[in-house]
Amino acid sequence: MSIVEGSARADGIVRTSDPRPDAKWARHARFAAWRFVLQRGSAAVLGLCVVVHLAGIVYAVRHGLTSEAIVARMHASAIWPSFYAVFVVVVAVHAPLGLRAICDEWLGWRGRGIDAVLALFACVLLAGGLYAVASLAG
Amino acid sequence: MSGDGSMLPVRIWRGDAGGAFRRYDVPRRASQTVLDVVTFVQRHVDPSLAYRYACRVGMCGSCAMTVNGKARWTCRTHVDAVTAGGALEIAPLNHLPIVRDLVVDMAPFFDKWAKAKGSFVPTATRREGFARVEPASAKRRAIDATIECIGCAVCYASCDVVGWKPDYLGPAALNRAFTLVNDVRDGAGAARLGAVAGDGGCQACHTHQSCTERCPKHLAPTASIAGLKRLVALAAIRGRL
Repeated sequence: MSIVEGSARADGIVRTSDPRPDAKWARHARFAAWRFVLQRGSAAVLGLCVVVHLAGIVYAVRHGLTSEAIVARMHASAIWPSFYAVFVVVVAVHAPLGLRAICDEWLGWRGRGIDAVLALFACVLLAGGLYAVASLAG
Repeated sequence: MSGDGSMLPVRIWRGDAGGAFRRYDVPRRASQTVLDVVTFVQRHVDPSLAYRYACRVGMCGSCAMTVNGKARWTCRTHVDAVTAGGALEIAPLNHLPIVRDLVVDMAPFFDKWAKAKGSFVPTATRREGFARVEPASAKRRAIDATIECIGCAVCYASCDVVGWKPDYLGPAALNRAFTLVNDVRDGAGAARLGAVAGDGGCQACHTHQSCTERCPKHLAPTASIAGLKRLVALAAIRGRL
């Protein structure tokens, strides 16, 4: 059924606007919604990662682990490198999205330009973080 | 405090955005409301004072102003309850263009209702029977309170995000969108979720809850916005946005 803007249909209902969104706005809405999902999802994982990371620091300090002992444990198992790889990925997702909100609300910067800069920032975080993890994992 | 002959010093905003406060002295009365004070000034001191009101009993939502820094319905606000140090300061609502004195232009507020697709889109014709909405259903119960919004803009004037992000739709428009999304008779749910998912949409809410704290009807727009966030996220994940 087609809906004509501002006109009365045969059934007497007058619709002043098409309830369907246009394609451009739909893309904008999907992008915004996925940003929200990714930021909240990454925040949840990040929360767990920070707790595990802090617990690891407390353990290392209490047991007097040297840096060599810590690196040796990173080499010994795939668990810790995998954990920190996940940590890096969620940081690379979460931090640029948070910065995007700050740029928008505090500085009024939005649009494709700032999105491109933040995408580049995400790539730098990801590459640098994974390089560091790979180096520690040996 | 009753009509004991004492006077209340009142500072009232005069002019447009470039205006200033002007002081008036108003006789104290028993059970005096802030709207009584403004009305006294207009009728007995300065008839050029512009302000807006209609019902005087908290039904129309047209007399909202900033009273001692907080947005309130002036007809339902007793002077005794808000006078700080015996003084009263009355200004127009925040975040809306000032027309003159205490009157603001509500057009941007209602334009955002339109942007949030705040109009009901029927799925049935007048020739069909009345829709049956089960009162105990989850969708109906979710909007038991939200349907009571009368659009006074107190929440909008109290919202920090509206202040720093002018295209943010605001608590009232989003509350309206949440109400319609949960209305089983409405046919524009997906489009409406799309309308409230953009940069100025529900995700911009910081959950400061000023809207919920200040709503004169004790509604919780923050909860409506949280509901929209969930619905928008689910719609995106399911590919229905």
